[in-house]
Amino acid sequence: MSDVVEKTLSALPSLLSLDSQAGAGKLSPSSKLGNLIKGITELTSKHEEETLIKKELESIKEQVASPNTTMRQMKEIMVRAIYCEMLGYQASFSYIHAIKLAQQGSVLEKRVGYLAVSLFLNETDEFLLLLVNTVLKDLQSTNLIEVCMALTVVSQMFPKDMIPAILPVVEEKLTHPKEIIRRKAVLALYKFYLIAPNQVQHIHSKFRKALCDKDPGVMTASLHIYLQLIKENPESYKDLTGSMVTILRQVVGGKLPLDFNYHSVPAPWLQIQLLRILAYLGKEDQGTSEMMYDVLEESLRRAEMNHNITYAILFECVKTIYTVHPKSQLLEKAAECIGNFVLSPKINLKYLGLKALTYVVQQDANLALPHQMTIIECLDHSDVIIKRETLELLFRITNAQNVTVIVEKMLEFLRLTCDDYSTIDLVGKVAELAEKYSPDNVWFIQTMNSVFSLGGDVMQPDIPNNFLRLLAEGVDNVEDRQLRLFAVDSYVSLLQGETAKLPQRFLQVISWVLGEYSYLREEESDPGSVMRLLARLLDQRHTSTETRSWVLGAMTKLCSSPVSVALARDVCERYSGSLNTVLRQKAQELMILSQDTKLRARVLPAEGRLESPEVDSSLSFLDGYVSDALAAGAAPYKSPHQRQEDLVQEKALSLEPYGLSLPVSLSSCSITDRRSPTLLSMSSGLSGNSTELSHQEGSTTLKLEGVKRVWGKDGYLAQQQSAGETPTPLVELPSPLLSPQSPPSQKPSSGLEPDQEKRQLASSLFVGLGSHNSVCLMGRAETAPRHFRRKPRGESSSGASEGSSDSSHSSRSAAVDNLLHSNLLDSTTVASEGGAATTTTPQQTSQRTLDHTTSNGNPHVEGTEQRVEAGGPLSLIRGNGMVAVVPPTHTQTDPQTQQDLHPAPALERPRDLPLTSHLPAELSGLARSEFTPLCSDQDSSLALSACRVYKEDALVLLVFISNNNDSALHQMVLQLTCKELEISCISGSPLKEVKGHSVSVCLHTVVMKRASVQVELAGLLSYQRPLGQPQAAQFSLSLSLKHFLRPLTVSTGDYGKMWLSFSHDLKQNLRLVTTEHQEPLTATLDALKGKLHLHVVDIIGSEGIVACRLLQGPGQGQPCLLHCRVHADSLAVWLRSPVPELPDSLLYHCQKALTET
Amino acid sequence: MIKAILIFNNHGKPRLIRFYEYFAEDVQQQIIRETFHLVSKRDDNVCNFLEGGSLIGGSDYKLIYRHYATLYFVFCVDSSESELGILDLIQVFVETLDKCFENVCELDLIFHMDKVHFILQEVVMGGMVLETNMNEIVGQVELQNRMEKSEGGFSAAPARAVSAVKNINLPEMPRNINIGDINIKVPSLSPF
Repeated sequence: MSDVVEKTLSALPSLLSLDSQAGAGKLSPSSKLGNLIKGITELTSKHEEETLIKKELESIKEQVASPNTTMRQMKEIMVRAIYCEMLGYQASFSYIHAIKLAQQGSVLEKRVGYLAVSLFLNETDEFLLLLVNTVLKDLQSTNLIEVCMALTVVSQMFPKDMIPAILPVVEEKLTHPKEIIRRKAVLALYKFYLIAPNQVQHIHSKFRKALCDKDPGVMTASLHIYLQLIKENPESYKDLTGSMVTILRQVVGGKLPLDFNYHSVPAPWLQIQLLRILAYLGKEDQGTSEMMYDVLEESLRRAEMNHNITYAILFECVKTIYTVHPKSQLLEKAAECIGNFVLSPKINLKYLGLKALTYVVQQDANLALPHQMTIIECLDHSDVIIKRETLELLFRITNAQNVTVIVEKMLEFLRLTCDDYSTIDLVGKVAELAEKYSPDNVWFIQTMNSVFSLGGDVMQPDIPNNFLRLLAEGVDNVEDRQLRLFAVDSYVSLLQGETAKLPQRFLQVISWVLGEYSYLREEESDPGSVMRLLARLLDQRHTSTETRSWVLGAMTKLCSSPVSVALARDVCERYSGSLNTVLRQKAQELMILSQDTKLRARVLPAEGRLESPEVDSSLSFLDGYVSDALAAGAAPYKSPHQRQEDLVQEKALSLEPYGLSLPVSLSSCSITDRRSPTLLSMSSGLSGNSTELSHQEGSTTLKLEGVKRVWGKDGYLAQQQSAGETPTPLVELPSPLLSPQSPPSQKPSSGLEPDQEKRQLASSLFVGLGSHNSVCLMGRAETAPRHFRRKPRGESSSGASEGSSDSSHSSRSAAVDNLLHSNLLDSTTVASEGGAATTTTPQQTSQRTLDHTTSNGNPHVEGTEQRVEAGGPLSLIRGNGMVAVVPPTHTQTDPQTQQDLHPAPALERPRDLPLTSHLPAELSGLARSEFTPLCSDQDSSLALSACRVYKEDALVLLVFISNNNDSALHQMVLQLTCKELEISCISGSPLKEVKGHSVSVCLHTVVMKRASVQVELAGLLSYQRPLGQPQAAQFSLSLSLKHFLRPLTVSTGDYGKMWLSFSHDLKQNLRLVTTEHQEPLTATLDALKGKLHLHVVDIIGSEGIVACRLLQGPGQGQPCLLHCRVHADSLAVWLRSPVPELPDSLLYHCQKALTET
Repeated sequence: MIKAILIFNNHGKPRLIRFYEYFAEDVQQQIIRETFHLVSKRDDNVCNFLEGGSLIGGSDYKLIYRHYATLYFVFCVDSSESELGILDLIQVFVETLDKCFENVCELDLIFHMDKVHFILQEVVMGGMVLETNMNEIVGQVELQNRMEKSEGGFSAAPARAVSAVKNINLPEMPRNINIGDINIKVPSLSPF
């Protein structure tokens, strides 16, 4: 304090003098900023601040424009501009001057220029292009500070397209003698990896070098990269485990210089980073995990000092121990550690302890038991964050027995909170728990009522949707009736009270339920009562228009009695003149349906409302009308989106010179294709996609049938299944725990005597955990969220008996099946590992012979060649057998002979034989991949395999479902999902069942929506065995860009035209392939052609041009052109395409293809 | 990754704003306001972590903050950062500021915004933690300062001039006594 006073005193004279001089206009540059700040702080209102800053910006503008402003003054001006920008006022006029300052200033001025640039601009700003040369120059500067500045600005933001320009220079910096430069260069490269991973593909070896750098700082920096890489793909970096463990051991053992200590802990941040990497490496991998047990134990042991940062290490260590393959000894220690966190009086540690507990109870719910009392205390903690974290923890340990208490606690929190984020989050959790574990109808409806009234209009829309689906689904038995009736009753009593406070969403739910199920209570009360309540709702001012239309919809369903009809007429009169078209339509519907009882009975039958009506969403019945209109000269329909696009295109400036207009139109022809009227008839075929579209439209316009369809069976299947993936079986671990029956013996060591109330709460919260928990935990894992468990006990017991019957059932045939199947599996792995040509079956061969009778008489070898050539538009790959199956070189149909001829592939036959025979005839002549096994269930009674067939216009994905069991599979639904792909099913009728010991095939055409290097396709097959529960098999399949590439046959002339018209390009040097008897260029291009389905247009001297297209829906494709030139001993490739992502991804595959050869 | 570093005072006036991910200008201001709103209503005896702003990155996003006298230092990070690690990083940053400015206070941050940015650049680069060793950071900054002095006598002068300016009569600042209040207290790693 004393030196502050001193400071003030010493400043006093100058302060006075400054004040006196202020009016004289004699201001130093720095006091201009001072004046500005002083001015701002004197202000009292936001408005005044605005005026002042505007004035300031004006003066800055004037000064930067003046030619007399020196760079030094400019530097000061920039600081002021930064200040204004920080306060949220745009100073865009100064951006260009900031760049100028970075370009022209001396080192110090440059530094401010760079700073301003990095604060003002973003990666996509065109101004940045002006900076590229400056950055390049500074990177090559001999002044260390300039190099550092350039690296900093590059890592902050750099245009993606310009990375190749500076990449070599940054790479060079990795070998710079100064460690600070190396360190910054590593981080800059990491940044490049984040924004354009493909472009730094080739320097991974240099990352390794950085990891082994003699300076620990550089090594630390490189860990950023490895953390990211290992997170994305742990498999490829398993070999690094040893090094990481060694590094961590050295760090923990204090082998680093003392400089790296922080509060006498050796390099704590480095330790944290390493522990995270180890967690990724050891996850679900016993071998790798075993390598790190020792060092983890050592870290736990060493990190015992009482400082924040050691807790940070401990926390990370605990997380790692629980992520890697479990080792009981370590788990015990980690659990102890978590206990210390939770019990800590320090609030940050408590928070982390709760977080750690939340993480570990997913593996072992018992771990929460020793901390019951602490958890209870945390529930009443003054800090909301702690409270919320506690609820999160409770959410994870909820079971059928403690659900009421936990949900009550959550609702309590919800009533107090006013923060949208926690409301949305918690409301969703309560709804989920209520649906999963609800003990009875009354509780369920009451809980959902609280959810709706508390969640209000911010909650996720699927909560009310799921709730209504749950009500609507299910057989019409007594119990369902009771549930519905109870809902109706509770809503009627709600509506009789004050409705002004109920959220609109809740009112909508209420009106739907009343509309559907009021008839259940109709007998006991007067018929018009519900109708009157709804009418009252309509009259209220706070009711929104959307809710009103729901209410009108409900009234339409209800107006059966004379009283109601009279009421309906009143309502109609009022709303048929409404300005809102939706309301007017609803009113009209109500009017007509209330008067015509017969029509009403047909449109809205009281029973069977659940069946979703068949809707021809593609409007195919209009096709005739449309084609007539088109013939009469009408313009084809364009979707609003397309119209918007057109508008934009018309308005946009043409940047191409006039001479090139022809190629421009050439390139755009693929776009116009998409708009052609053929789309209409196309979409009527592909009803899968268009239904979804109309679902969305339906929900916004609130048409009656739209409302119904929202809860239709098909619409929610997907959701239910995706939610079904989450439950993971809980592993019970041996841990020294007390049983929940004796909570008093587990007092926390905090010394606080918990009162009786808390103990009771504890016992009700933690009931169901502990020694007896295995049953109910298993039950929980099994529960699919869709099943509303109203009778938890009864159901779990039946589930158990079902399970046992299931197992006995499978054991019958297991012996034989297993033997057979394991054999099969072995052979497929051989097949896929070998990757060589697989054999085709006799049937297939004969099929082909039939197809191509012309080639029948030819000698075998030639015949095959010709067949492939003669495939014409269908067969795609001409004379190259890339991943495709090489057709057999003979046409004999005797399998015996075939086996004699090919002794080696005989192994594969047992598996392939049945599958190839299931290839549809029309696809069997085409090139295809080998069969990939996708998954099989535990007893190998069901096996899935996939195969890709390369059609000219699409990739056809075949999924083979082999049922190796006696019993048939029923209710089969196969779903393939991937957001990057457009998948449509092409099998004639969706398959429903597979008989015992047979194989079914599902065909899907797949095209890429946007070019990407590799996509992951997720699949889910749900099915049911007779006498069994519904089961599901999950699998995933990765598809790479090269599967979607097809050759593009163009002439050299056309190539030239297209080349000029494409705007996105990329250049890169690739490795040349050298062989003995070919030119390097030819050999390289052949390799690319073979691996990636490219078309080599022409080779002239040392240059070659290549073209391909990416499948994108029927009749469409995105071209990509490659121009290759041999340059020294590398191949300079220049890619161009109309789509931005394609060159990037294609280049990646080219690189890969060439490194593989 | 660190997504943003925000420093503002008890009234929500921004003192240093650094985003490592692109957000439009108006969104940035909104983030600052929302963050201030979230942080300012919390007592000093609650935990230093906050979840649940909706603006940056949704659920994979945490606020880790420290409150020093008149200033809030807020780091917005995603789940790949260690909470306690960042908390100590803030401490390192503030201690470094204290060393560089000799008893740092809010006015230092206002008048030397550029310098604070340069110091920060040595700690965090492009959203990644670059250096956690205070001596190293100070060393780097001093290296640059030396260059500054050698480049021109004039540019060294403002440092002194400003130390005078920073005691200009600002209405926000309690006038006579409590000037100490504006100082960022650097507790020697007090328990939190």
